[in-house]
Amino acid sequence: MSEQVEKDRVTISKRDRMNVSWRTTFVQANWNYERMHNVGFAYVLAPIIRKLYKSKEDRSDALQRHLEFVNTHPYLHAPIFGVVMALEEEKANGAEIDDMAIQGVKIGMMGPLAGVGDPIFWGTLRPVIGAFAASLALTGSFLGPLLFFLLWNLVRIAFMWYTQELGYRSGSEITKELGGGILQKLTTGASILGMFVMGVLVPRWTEMNFPVVISEIQNDADTIVDFEGLTEMANNNVVTVEKLQEVATDIMGGANLTNTTVQTLGDILDSLLPGLMPLILTVAAMYLMKNKNVSPITLILGIFVLGIVMYALGIMA
Amino acid sequence: MADLNIIQIVLILVVALFAGFESVLDIFQLHQPIITVSLIGAITGNFTEGLILGGSLQLIVLGWMNIGAAQAPDAAIAGVVSAILVLVKGATNSEGIAIAIPLAIAGQVLTIFVRTIAVGLGHYADRQAEDGNIRGVEMANIAGLFLQGLRIAIPAGLVLAVPAETVTNAINLIPDWITGGLAVGGGMIVAVGYAMVINMMASKTTWPFFFIGFALAAVTELNLIAMGIIGLALAFIYVQIAPEFNQGSGGGGGGGSVDDQLDEILEDY
Repeated sequence: MSEQVEKDRVTISKRDRMNVSWRTTFVQANWNYERMHNVGFAYVLAPIIRKLYKSKEDRSDALQRHLEFVNTHPYLHAPIFGVVMALEEEKANGAEIDDMAIQGVKIGMMGPLAGVGDPIFWGTLRPVIGAFAASLALTGSFLGPLLFFLLWNLVRIAFMWYTQELGYRSGSEITKELGGGILQKLTTGASILGMFVMGVLVPRWTEMNFPVVISEIQNDADTIVDFEGLTEMANNNVVTVEKLQEVATDIMGGANLTNTTVQTLGDILDSLLPGLMPLILTVAAMYLMKNKNVSPITLILGIFVLGIVMYALGIMA
Repeated sequence: MADLNIIQIVLILVVALFAGFESVLDIFQLHQPIITVSLIGAITGNFTEGLILGGSLQLIVLGWMNIGAAQAPDAAIAGVVSAILVLVKGATNSEGIAIAIPLAIAGQVLTIFVRTIAVGLGHYADRQAEDGNIRGVEMANIAGLFLQGLRIAIPAGLVLAVPAETVTNAINLIPDWITGGLAVGGGMIVAVGYAMVINMMASKTTWPFFFIGFALAAVTELNLIAMGIIGLALAFIYVQIAPEFNQGSGGGGGGGSVDDQLDEILEDY
């Protein structure tokens, strides 16, 4: 009997799975407010449905169950497609798997998986690769965009293929495997790297200049480089080696070049801690978004208003 | 800036179309400014300017991300349109950046519009599914994709069609306190992106690493590659020694890591 079943069995080949992996590119294409990735989800599975089900009724049922609400991180659809393919294959070959079971697996997986994908890809990988690539591009190097594209897609394609295969092989057991093990380490590790790099970028790439003059100090005559004496000697054609050495030594020793020392607000802030103001700005933005539910858009507009006011007052430039 | 020939115009529109596709797909990252602006730079023959503008805009959008149904400002339209303004119409880099941000915000309205139309396409797909018509469902998805592409390509085409003088005249009309203020705001705007990323990942575990990074960046001259290596090393060290990853077998000192299991297996032989 089992031989007979084996013979009639419709199976999903590696080629089919590669096709699904490629089509996952379009899972978000018809993103809509009602059921989000639903049309894309059915689109990705279309070749599988075509292969597994031949009657109009079966195809209609399969399409309808995959047009239900679904939404997760786009790359984390990969393991879900793996599991769903495994379930559909069993179902098409006569196993008792009802629609609710397949729907349940999808819903059960998409929440936790989105929580893994967002910090790894949007929170760490894109800012880190993007920052690295942008710093190359800013020097006029074409390696910037090229490396950004290659690095990103290498990691992404490998991740999507591997997790889809894992999903296909382990079926609905996959949540257990992904939950306790390697993905959690990856998420924690990625978050640490991401936070570290954010710490680096906040003082480096936030531009806040405060040229407003706070104080002008008259410098002590002894601490000023003797340019006047040098000029006088030069005008009288009596410049000496000793005088030039004296001036050079003073300059290298950090003596004052002018009669007054100007101290700007920026100088004072830098002497406290470079990057202090960007840090305060970032923390304020975090607080407003997280605790006061201010949208990023409002915040961006607010920062522009702040910029215009500070510029008009002459405090920032 | 020289006039464009027809091939250049078509290529720019293709870049805009793909930026639109990718701004919803988020797969190849072809909508990120470092890609779109560099490509438009290459098409128009301003290769270096394109790279620099693209790099600058990339820094601004670094932390912008779509999570669930929440949307970030539209990085795709910001990159494409400011690239056209700077690389084709002759606006300055800082003008391009200052204009990019309001555009990114306005672009959101278009996104919301298309994602609402997509509900209708979803219902079309439902009817096709009832008939068991796989082809019809596939078509609905592709139609949604093209709507998203046109969302960027049409505005890009409109900006391309406006004469360069009109653009520069319009920019020159803007008073100094606005352009200067926008430039100041543009320098600070990256903080919003950073804040979004940090809010997502901040925890008792990760905060210390933020401050290590901050202190190293504020007082040393280490470049980004060195910083990346330090960050990776710290992450590896943490994952190896953190108690939450080392529960289970092993007596003293919290064993049970993969290495320990390997050792046990090897000892059996």
